[in-house]
Amino acid sequence: CGPPRAVLGSGAGWPAGPGGEAQVRRTAMAAAAQNKPDNTAFTQQRLPAWQPLLSAGTALPLFFCVGLACLALGLGLHFSSATIRERELDYSGGAGGGHNCSSCANASRAGAAGCTCSLHFELAEALPGPVCLYYELSNYYQNHRRYGVSRDDRQLSGDSWGLSNPAKECSPFRTDPQGMPIAPCGAIANSLFNDTFALYHLANGKASPVPLDNRGISWWTDSNIKFSNPELVNGSLPAAFKGTVKPPNWPHAAYLLDAGNPNNTGFINEDFIVWMRTAALPTFRKLYRRVRQGNFSSGLPEGSYRLDITYNYPVLSFQGTKKVIFSTVSWMGGKNPFLGIAYLVFGSACILTGFVMLAVHLRYQQQNQMDVE
Amino acid sequence: MPLFGLKFGKKKLNEEERQLQANNRDFNLQFEYANNSIKTSKYNFFTFLPLNLFEQFQRIANAYFLFLLILQLIPQVSSLSWFTTVVPLVLVLTVSGVKDAIDDFNRHKSDNHVNNRPVQVLINGRLKDDKWMNIQVGDIIKLENNNFVTADLLLLSSSEPHSLVYIETAELDGETNLKVKQALTVTADLGGDLQKLTDFNGEIKCEAPNNKLDKFTGTLMLHGEKFALDNEKLLLRGCTIRNTEWCFGLVIYAGPDTKLMQNCGKTTFKRTSIDRLMNVLVLVIFAFLALMCFILAIGNGIWEYDTGYYFQVYLPWTDGVNSAPYSGFLIFWSYVIILNTVVPISLYVSVEIIRLGNSFYIDWDRKMYYPLNDTPAQARTTTLNEELGQIKYIFSDKTGTLTQNIMAFNKCSINGKSYGDVNGMAEITENTVKVDFSYNQLADPKFVFYDHRLVEATKLGDAETHRFFRLLSLCHTVMPEEKKEGNLVYQAQSPDEGALVTAARNFGFVFRARTPETITVVEMGETKMYELLAILDFNNVRKRMSVIVRSPEGDLTLYCKGADTIVYELLHPSCGALKEETMEHLNEFAGEGLRTLVVAYKTLQKEYFEDWHKRHHEANTALGGREEKLSELYEEIEKDLMLLGATAIEDKLQDGVPQTIETLTKAHIKIWVLTGDKQETAVNIGYSCNMLHDDMKDVFIIEGNSSEDVLNELRTARKKMKPDSFLDSDEINIKFENPSTKSRILPEEQANGVYGLVINGHSLAYALEGNLELELVRTACLCKVVICCRVTPLQKAQVVELVKKYKKAVTLAIGDGANDVSMIKTAHIGIGISGQEGMQAVLSSDFSFAQFRYLQRLLLVHGRWSYIRMCKFLRYFFYKNFAFTLVHFWYGFFCGFSAQTVYDPWFITLYNLVYTSLPVLGMSLFDQDVDDCWSMRYPHLYEPGQQNLYFNKIEFVKCMLHGIYSSLVLFFIPYGAMYDAVRGDGKAIADYQSFALMAQTCLLIVVSVQIGLDTAYWTAVNQFFIWGSLSVYFAIIFTMYSDGMYLIFSASFPFIGTARNTLNQPSVWLAIFLSTILCVLPVVGCRFLKAQIMPTVSDKVLRKIREAKKRPPSPLPKMRLRRTSTRRSGYAFSHQHGFGALIMSGRNMRPKLPFTTTGTFSPNSERNRHN
Repeated sequence: CGPPRAVLGSGAGWPAGPGGEAQVRRTAMAAAAQNKPDNTAFTQQRLPAWQPLLSAGTALPLFFCVGLACLALGLGLHFSSATIRERELDYSGGAGGGHNCSSCANASRAGAAGCTCSLHFELAEALPGPVCLYYELSNYYQNHRRYGVSRDDRQLSGDSWGLSNPAKECSPFRTDPQGMPIAPCGAIANSLFNDTFALYHLANGKASPVPLDNRGISWWTDSNIKFSNPELVNGSLPAAFKGTVKPPNWPHAAYLLDAGNPNNTGFINEDFIVWMRTAALPTFRKLYRRVRQGNFSSGLPEGSYRLDITYNYPVLSFQGTKKVIFSTVSWMGGKNPFLGIAYLVFGSACILTGFVMLAVHLRYQQQNQMDVE
Repeated sequence: MPLFGLKFGKKKLNEEERQLQANNRDFNLQFEYANNSIKTSKYNFFTFLPLNLFEQFQRIANAYFLFLLILQLIPQVSSLSWFTTVVPLVLVLTVSGVKDAIDDFNRHKSDNHVNNRPVQVLINGRLKDDKWMNIQVGDIIKLENNNFVTADLLLLSSSEPHSLVYIETAELDGETNLKVKQALTVTADLGGDLQKLTDFNGEIKCEAPNNKLDKFTGTLMLHGEKFALDNEKLLLRGCTIRNTEWCFGLVIYAGPDTKLMQNCGKTTFKRTSIDRLMNVLVLVIFAFLALMCFILAIGNGIWEYDTGYYFQVYLPWTDGVNSAPYSGFLIFWSYVIILNTVVPISLYVSVEIIRLGNSFYIDWDRKMYYPLNDTPAQARTTTLNEELGQIKYIFSDKTGTLTQNIMAFNKCSINGKSYGDVNGMAEITENTVKVDFSYNQLADPKFVFYDHRLVEATKLGDAETHRFFRLLSLCHTVMPEEKKEGNLVYQAQSPDEGALVTAARNFGFVFRARTPETITVVEMGETKMYELLAILDFNNVRKRMSVIVRSPEGDLTLYCKGADTIVYELLHPSCGALKEETMEHLNEFAGEGLRTLVVAYKTLQKEYFEDWHKRHHEANTALGGREEKLSELYEEIEKDLMLLGATAIEDKLQDGVPQTIETLTKAHIKIWVLTGDKQETAVNIGYSCNMLHDDMKDVFIIEGNSSEDVLNELRTARKKMKPDSFLDSDEINIKFENPSTKSRILPEEQANGVYGLVINGHSLAYALEGNLELELVRTACLCKVVICCRVTPLQKAQVVELVKKYKKAVTLAIGDGANDVSMIKTAHIGIGISGQEGMQAVLSSDFSFAQFRYLQRLLLVHGRWSYIRMCKFLRYFFYKNFAFTLVHFWYGFFCGFSAQTVYDPWFITLYNLVYTSLPVLGMSLFDQDVDDCWSMRYPHLYEPGQQNLYFNKIEFVKCMLHGIYSSLVLFFIPYGAMYDAVRGDGKAIADYQSFALMAQTCLLIVVSVQIGLDTAYWTAVNQFFIWGSLSVYFAIIFTMYSDGMYLIFSASFPFIGTARNTLNQPSVWLAIFLSTILCVLPVVGCRFLKAQIMPTVSDKVLRKIREAKKRPPSPLPKMRLRRTSTRRSGYAFSHQHGFGALIMSGRNMRPKLPFTTTGTFSPNSERNRHN
C-alpha cells in the first residue's frame, strides 16, 4: 500500500507538555516492541486465497454446460423409465370397480374376515423378469407422526425385557385391557396389511399358479439386524412369546405369521418387516412378492391371468384405495417419469436462460466497459 | 458493603448541600458521601451465575427456547426429542456466559488499576501511602509533580510561592496551556507543615456534586471566620500537577461525585443497528412462525375431521383428544416446536463469535500498531465491529487527536527573507540533514530545523536576524526553570510562546532567567541583562503583546509581536516595501497551515518614554476606568513600529491526518471537530488538516450571543446553502409542522456547494436549546465540515446526541482526553487515542489505537470487512434456516398436518451446530471482496455500508423468499423422485427414513454449495470447513445409521441401514443433483443479471479492480496534498489575559532562583572568569 509515511521528528516545543514526555518515553520504548502483533498471514488477513468472480466468462458456459448435461440426463432417464412396463389393478372395491371385490369390501367393513375375490386381467405383452408384485395403498397416513412413533424397536429387536415391557409410545396398543403386553406393540404393527394374493396364469383353459417368491423383499439390515425374534425358550418360539398377547387386529399371534418357516415367522417375517418400514407419503407401494421361479423366471408372458385376493384389509372407510401392481425394474428402479421430465424441463430452461443472459451481457457490455474506464 | 453487589435502597436522597470537616472522618461519614473508588464491573464471584442467567434469559431468543423446552415436556405436544432444544440452548448460554465473565473480569482489572493507584494521605499527623479507593471526603492528601489529581480537591498549600499550583487540564477540557490555581492565604500558611495540616479543622459547606467544570461555590469556616471558595481553589480529578513540587489538598468530592465523573455521561450498553434490526426481525419471524403454525393447525383440524376421524381404524386418537379442533390446538404447539429453527438461537452465538474474531483482527493488525510507544490497536468492545463499516459522522477532538499537541517553530521571515524551507527538497524525510546546534550548549536537543541559511545568518551577525531572535527571547511571558545547570525548562502559558522562545534559544538567544524587573538573555554566548520596564500584555482585542526593555547599553526598545492584521496597522510608513515582501511570506506560511505572527520593534526616546512610563504608572494605580486608560496608553506607544519579520509555527498534526481526512471525506464521511480550544486555533487546524479549504464556497461562523442572533446566523447560512429549504413545499418543513409525525429522523439534504461551519461553545449552548436544535442540525448537516470550539465535555456529548436524534446515521467519536469521555460514550462507536498519559478516554472507548490516521484503516478496511462479513453471514444464516425449516411446512400437507419432521431428529440437533456452523463461520471470518489496499484506494466502496444496503428489511425478505423457494425445491424434488419409486432391486424406497435421509442430504449439499457461492475469498480454511462439514455429515450418518450403533442404543438410532440402502441408488443422487442445481443456478443467474443491468457502486469498483489486476500493478499514485489555501492564519494566542501582570508583580517568582540571580553562567563563563 505504498511506502509507509516517514515519521517526522517533532520540533521544538512545549517541553513540559504531554507531547514532550511522550517523546522521551517513545525513545525509551521504541526498542522494546513487546506488543507488536505477529506478522503471520492469518493475523494480517493475508491468507492466500482463490477469488472466483462471477463474470460472463464463467456464468454463461456454466449455464450452457449444465443445461446440456441436464438435457442428456433427462433423455436417458426418460427413455429408461419408458422401457419399464407396469400393470396396475385397483381392487379396493369401491363403486364401479367392475369386479367382485366390492362385496368383500362391504363385508370387511362389517368386520368379517377371510372374504376372497378374484380379478381377471390380460397382459397384452409380456413383462420381462424379474417381475415384482406390489400392493399400493392411498390416502393411508403411515407418515402420521403419532402412527410413526407407535412402535417399540427394542421389543422388535428381540430384547426379552422389551418384549414384556412395551414402550409407552405404543399406547393405546401397548397392553390389552387385562394389562398383558402386546407383542408386537403399537399402531403400525396392529394395522399390518393382511390381504394375500395368489396369481394364476390362464392358458389352454387351465389355471396354472404362478409361484410368488417372498424372500428378500425387505432390507437386509432390517431382517438381520433391526428385527429379531426373542430368544427361543426350550427351542420353541411360542414359548418365547409367552406372557404376551397378539395385537387386537391380528387373527393370531406373531409367531404364527409364517408358522411353517422358522426363518420367516415372528418378528422376522418379511411381510411384517416391510410393513413396519413406514412410508413417507400417504400413497405408497410396498413390495409383496417377486416372480422369479419356475416357468416364470424370465417374466410373465402375455395372456390372461387371475389374481385371487383374500380381502381382509378395510380401506374404504377412510376413502383409501388398494391396488396390486406388476412391474418390471431397471437400473434406476421402477417406473418414475418425474426425474426424466424434470431434467428435460430444467435443462431447456437453463439453455434458454443462458441465451437471455448472453443477450443481456452483449447489450450492457458497452456500458459496463465505459464504467471501468 | 452493598449486598451481592446490588444497592438495595441505597440511593441517597438528593444531596442539596455538601458539608464536611477536614481531618474528621467520623463527622464526614455520617453523610455517607461516596468514597473515591470507582466501580464499572457488573458481577462478583457469587452473583455471576444467577445475574448472568437472568440477563441472558431477557434475550428474547433465549427465553423463547426455554419456553420451547417446557413445551417439549408436555407429551401431547412434544413432537421432537428434548435434546434438539437443550443441546443448543446449553451451548449458547455457556458461550455467552464465558464471554460475559471474561469481559467483567477485565472491567474488574481496570477498576482495580485505577482504584489502586497510590496516593499519600495525611492520617494522624503522618503521611501514609494509600490507594485511591480508600480516600474519603475530608481527607488531606499530598500530590507531587506530574501526579494525577486523585479527587476534586480544595487546594490548601503548595511548594510554590503564594501557594500557586500549575495544572494541566488537557484531560478535562483539551486546553494545553497550564492553568494556575491559588490557595487561600489562610490555608497557604499551613505550608508543608504536617502538624499544622493535621490540626487544620476547617469546615466546608459547598454545593452538591454537579457537572459544571468551571463553577464552584462554597465557604470555608475556620476559627469562626468565613472564607469564600471558588473555582480558582479547586483542583479537579483528571488534571495533572505540573511544575509544582508538591501541594496539599482537601478532598471535597470523591469517586463518582467528582466533576470529571459527573461529566462522563451515562455508560449505556451499546448495540449495533444490526442488533436492533435483528430484534425486529426476530419478532417478524415469530409472527411468521405463528402464522405458519396457525395454518398448519387449521389444516390439522380439517384433516382430522375429514380423514383422521375415519382413519381411527388404524390410528385411534390419543386419550383426551376427542375433537378435531382440540387436536388442531395441540398441533399448533407441536409445530411451534418443530418450526422453532426459524428463530435462530445459534444466530446470536455465531454473531458474537464473528465479532470476536473480527475484533481480534483489529488487535492483531500490524498496520495499526504504533512502534514508537509500542501500542497496538485494541478492540475493547467486541460487539460493535460491523458498525465500523457504517459510519456517517465522525466527531473528533482536536488536541492530541488531530494534533500532536506540539508547537514547532517551522519558518520565519526576517527582513524580507524567508527561512525554513528545506534546501530544494519538497518533503522532509528522515534523511534530511538537520541543522547542527552543537555550537550552542544551551540548545534544546529536541529542536529541529532544516534551513542552514538561518544559522549562517545568525553566526555572521546579521543585525536584523539578531534583533529578530532578541525579540523572541524578550517578548513573552514564559517562565524558565533551571534545576540543573544548563538544563533549561520553559513553562509557557501557551505552547506557541514556548516554541518561539525555544527557537530563539537554539539560535543563540537563550532566555535564561527573569525577575520582575529584569530578563537575562545569553546572546550568542554573552550574558546580558535587560531591564524589563513594561509588559503590554496580550488580550482578546489587542491580539498583540509588547515589552519595553532597556538594554545593558541603555537603549530603550519596544518589542511587539501580534496578529498580522493588527500589527500591520501599526507599522511605520517607511516599511512599505518590506511589508509587501513579508505579506507574501505570510500568505505562503498561512497557505501551509502554519500559525503566523508578525514581529516588530520600535526604539523609544528616553524623554518620551519617561513621560509615558509615569502616565502608565498613574493609570495602573487609578481607581476608575483603569482598563480604558491603560489601553489608550498602549495604543499610543505601539505605533510607528518597524517591521522585523514574521514567525510561523506549526501546530504539529499527528502523522497522516490530512490524508486520512481526505480519504474519509471521499468515503462520504462527515467530520465534525469538537474542541475545547479557541476558535482561531480550531479553524487553523481545520485549514491545516485540509478540512477547510479555499475551494469552499463559504465558511460560516456562528458566534451569536443570544438565541435570536444564533437563529438568524443559522438561517442566513442555510439560506445561502439551500435557498429552497425555506419554501413551504419543503418536505422537512411540512413534516415538522405536522405534529402527528412521530419520527424525528431528517432525510439527507444536499447543499448547493461545499460549505464549512464554525460555531463556538457559547452559541452552541443557545443552538442546543429546544427550538433551535432543528435549525442547527439542518444547517450543520448541509455543511461538509463543522467545527465546534470552546465546547464543554457535556456539549460534545450533546452534539453527538443531536445528530443521533435527527439523523439516521452511525456516529463515531474519537478523542484522547477525559473531556472526550462523554462524547465517546454517547456516540455509537467511541474511539480512544491510546499511548497518551491519561487513560480516561481509552478506558471508556470501544476501540483504541495510537494515531488518528489508523482510523482510516479501522473504518475502510476492518469496518468494511466486518460489515460485509456480518451481512453475508446474516443473509446466509436466515436463508439456511428458512430453507431448513420450511420443508416441514410443505411436508405438513402430506402427513396429515401431524407435526411429523422431515429429518432425523439427530440431524435437526446437529444441523446448526455441526453441519453448517463452520463453513459460515469460515466465510464470516475470512471473506474479503477486495483486499485492504484496494479498500483504501477506493473509499467509495465504503458507501453501501453507510446506506445499509447489504442487510436490511428488504434483504431479509429476499432471504426469506430465497429460503422459501429452496424449501419448495428441497421438498418437492425428493417427493417427485420418491413417489411410487422403487429401488433397482425392486424393493420399495419410498419409506419415511429414506425420504428423510434424501431430503436432509439434498438440503446439506444445497446449503454447502450456496455458501461456496457466497464466499468470495476461498482460503484453504474455507475449503477445509466446507468439505470437512460434508465429510463429517456423511461420516456421522453412516456411523449413526450403522448396525453397531443400533445394537448399542437401539432406541436412539432407529435409522439403521438407511444410509447404505438409500445412498447406493443412482436415482437418489440424481435427485440430489437436480435439487442442488435447481436451488443454486437461479441465484447465479440473478446475480449475474443484476450485476450486468443494475451494477452497484461496489460492482463497478470490483470490475475496475478486476481490470486493473489483469494489467501489471501500477504504482500507487502518490497522495500529494493540495495546499492551495491563501487564508491568513489568525493569531493563535490564548484568549485569556496573559501572565504579564503576574510576572510584573513578581508573585510567581521563587524567592530563591538557583542560577539566575547572578546571571553569570553561560557557555562562555570560563572565559568570563578569566576576564
